[in-house]
Amino acid sequence: MMIRDSAATMAAALAKKEISAVDLANQHYEQIAAVDKDVHAFLYLDKEGALAQAAEVDKKRAAGEKLSPLAGVPLALKDVLTQKGVPTTCGSKILEGWRPPYDATVVTKLKEAGIIILGKTNMDEFAMGSSTENSAYGPTKNPWDLTRIPGGSGGGSSASLAAFEAPLAIGTDTGGSIRQPAAVTGTVGVKPTYGGVSRYGLVAFSSSLDQAGPCARTVLDTALLHQVIAGFDPKDSTSINQNVPDIVAAAKKQDIKGMKIGVVKQLSGNGYQKGVENKFKESLDELVKLGAEIVEVSCPNFEYALAAYYLIAPSECSSNLARFDSIRFGLRVGDDGSKSAEEVMNLTRAAGFGREVKRRIILGTYALSSGYYDAYYGSAQKVRTLIKRDFESAFTKCDVLVSPTAPTTAFKIGEKTNDPLAMYLNDIATIPVNMAGIGGMSLPCGLAEEDNLPVGFQIMSPAMKDDRMYLVGGALEAALIDKWGKTILDFAPKLVGSK
Amino acid sequence: MSLNYEQAVEKYEPTLGLEVHVELNTKSKMFCGCATEFGAQPNTQTCPVCLGLPGSLPVVNKKAIESTILIGLALNCTIAPYSRFARKNYFYPDMPKNFQTSQYDEPICVNGYLDVEIETDDGSKSFRVEIERVHMEEDTGKSLHVGGSTGRIHGADYSLLDYNRAGIPLVEIVTRIIPNTGKYAPQVARAYVASLRDILRGLKVSDVKMEQGSLRCDVNLSLSEINSGKLGTRSETKNVNSLRSVERAVNGEFIRQANRLTSGERIIQETRHFLEESGQTRPGRSKEQAEDYRYFPEPDLVPVIPDNKWIEELRKTLPEKPSDRRKRLQQAWSVPDKEMSAIVNAELLDTVEETVLLGADPTKARSWWLGEISRIANDRSVFPTELISVKDVYQIITLISQGELTDKLARQVVEGVIAGEGSPADVITKRGLKVVSDDSQLMKAIEDAIAAAPETADRVRGGNIPAAGALIGSVMKATGGKADAAKVRELLLKHLGQ
Repeated sequence: MMIRDSAATMAAALAKKEISAVDLANQHYEQIAAVDKDVHAFLYLDKEGALAQAAEVDKKRAAGEKLSPLAGVPLALKDVLTQKGVPTTCGSKILEGWRPPYDATVVTKLKEAGIIILGKTNMDEFAMGSSTENSAYGPTKNPWDLTRIPGGSGGGSSASLAAFEAPLAIGTDTGGSIRQPAAVTGTVGVKPTYGGVSRYGLVAFSSSLDQAGPCARTVLDTALLHQVIAGFDPKDSTSINQNVPDIVAAAKKQDIKGMKIGVVKQLSGNGYQKGVENKFKESLDELVKLGAEIVEVSCPNFEYALAAYYLIAPSECSSNLARFDSIRFGLRVGDDGSKSAEEVMNLTRAAGFGREVKRRIILGTYALSSGYYDAYYGSAQKVRTLIKRDFESAFTKCDVLVSPTAPTTAFKIGEKTNDPLAMYLNDIATIPVNMAGIGGMSLPCGLAEEDNLPVGFQIMSPAMKDDRMYLVGGALEAALIDKWGKTILDFAPKLVGSK
Repeated sequence: MSLNYEQAVEKYEPTLGLEVHVELNTKSKMFCGCATEFGAQPNTQTCPVCLGLPGSLPVVNKKAIESTILIGLALNCTIAPYSRFARKNYFYPDMPKNFQTSQYDEPICVNGYLDVEIETDDGSKSFRVEIERVHMEEDTGKSLHVGGSTGRIHGADYSLLDYNRAGIPLVEIVTRIIPNTGKYAPQVARAYVASLRDILRGLKVSDVKMEQGSLRCDVNLSLSEINSGKLGTRSETKNVNSLRSVERAVNGEFIRQANRLTSGERIIQETRHFLEESGQTRPGRSKEQAEDYRYFPEPDLVPVIPDNKWIEELRKTLPEKPSDRRKRLQQAWSVPDKEMSAIVNAELLDTVEETVLLGADPTKARSWWLGEISRIANDRSVFPTELISVKDVYQIITLISQGELTDKLARQVVEGVIAGEGSPADVITKRGLKVVSDDSQLMKAIEDAIAAAPETADRVRGGNIPAAGALIGSVMKATGGKADAAKVRELLLKHLGQ
């Protein structure tokens, strides 16, 4: 069995024909069959499509064709990206049964690279949430403790990695939906620079904040996947027409001597779990040992980031989600011939959207209303500019910024479902990165002493300098594994039936 | 008591504003690569983007921006160094995303003007129509409501949706209030739309076919009592789709509002629909409670920041202004003001120019197109060129000048061509309309005429030249009108020693 190996190791074995892509995919399907009834990371398995894709890769390899480095390695795809002919629900009832007629650009790139898409992973409905409890298809469980949340919105993708159901996954990050699940599942997740990866085919929650990104169990695997999906896309006007820095080389370099690492004063203290802060500080010590210099920086406007985020994201979502109207695709409720189009539209939206989605649509509709626009959406945009300036100023003093990824480790399922504000606070350290459009990574930095659950370490790098977070992340990861003598997931309890 | 137009304009003055929507003739849509051909099978020109499928994203058509900048430049606008798209949010089944990607407070062209001329009681007068903004947006799909009595969504059995039109680039051109039009408001409105259409046609950015909806006009009108200084409540008459209708809509709305105000009723702020048959308007959507479109900048598109160099290059490609062209042609053709206006008002400037360019005499070209041909066209409510081609008219004029046809015969040739009897040559052959140019045949007819009226002939011989008229008439009658009267006269006078 290779399922506990890294994607890079799997890729090497595939290249040496020690294992076929079909066998590797089947090993993962076996693991999924064994553990996913408990974990519930997947919403849909495209076994037929994946095995056909794997057979194709094997055929090409046998024929001696040149293949891309990750060809034949399996991947779990967050159910917010369109894949031609494969159901895409975004964790919502309103899209039940919809099979998109086109591939997202990210999916096209994965297919071109020969990466095998095993299936679609669970998520908070339309990526709105921090626990995957808002999925209309039931929550995903944290493989570390099945009574706890795997983070969100991309809990399915991160849980699939931690449960060894897939070595690679794609997530999307609007306010932390890649990094916070990575943090609470002991995996790695990267939100690339806004515009670094195409959004074409990513079902929009908040267009100016959404960003698809790579998830894996190691920094190098994350970099390898990042390289596959990154790059300019003429179908996405907001994608950046610039060369992507060499992130794979950065992930391998492991030399951070003389680098300046800024600790954001505002992302600590009140609200942060003791064990989280301790693991974060111990990691800083490791960085110092590796020759980096730690500097403290202040980003005073981060204080307003959460509030501004909860105006901008709902505003954009209220408009983006207007298209779910029962007319052209997805769910249709009450169309018995006696009702008007408007009535059917209303009934469908009432039945098809969950509570959190409705809450945000209402919030956003209100914030954009005439007479309120300036006070809410307008002010939030100003805060956004101030946050950007905070980052710009901070990056004059250091190469990267760091903080804990999430203020706490994984909380219990149901613990915060009735307190949206408490839930929103989970993203307090991740949101500023989205607001500024820069890059952010979360990698595991240890287990909190209170609960023995994984803690995430966040590295933030300036726009289009994504290589810097890989450089620091790669070095820190190596130092920590060296210190522990094994990987963090080796500390995780074994799931029942796990292969 | 009911006021007619003359009574209404005595009492009220209008505040007029016009919004024109122009469909650009780009090959692909505003935000995707779909074709824009008119009249294709429903839903054959669609893709995930213009269907608003989840995950799809818009990309701006650069050609559409170029066309809009050209329009702005031709309308003397400032081209904004930075403009943005915005989302206009509202629900409607034929709008795929349930928001229209448009421009709001940051349009691409601002502060222009267009001078238009109309005929008034005191001769021709120029009005400056100020342009507030020119902005880009996308069209919606089309709904067809089946069943029910009204053809509207309410009461329909079901509705069919065609998204071929969804995402076609539209340019909206909005005027400021056009001041001091007084009783000429209908003519000013028409002249503005006509001038605009000429400009757009000259720029080749749109088909400007009003009947197909590629150019549609919304008429905003309110009335206030003369010298009251108070603005009234306005109505917005939507999608008026011919020049004549624009004029009639202003006229009809003027009368309607005047009558309401006079009888003490208030004007409701609403959209109205123009009724082609009666020239009146019927109420549409009320705008008393302004719909809140929750505009915000379109996050899926980057701002439009046109390069100055590009703008200047586009400026160089602008065609001659229609007003300059008019002056140039008037001079070249030596046409008096009034007749030039007649050509322009009949929208026959292009046609006359084309005929002249083929080699026809300008005066003849003008008189044929505006005279006989226009008369028949008006009777049949069609445009003159739909009846007869420029080439045929040119050939007929040439035959006249070569003495092969008389004016009278030529009218019959025109009639024959319009009746579908073929080319002018075919009609001449089939109907036997050739001028009798054989001198001996004419001389025989002249001698017969003299023999039949010897006294008249004597008077002519005696120097009474006008008396020859009667003899010429007899000759013309005898030849069935196929003789050239001038030639008959020449031969007759010579024969009688004059």
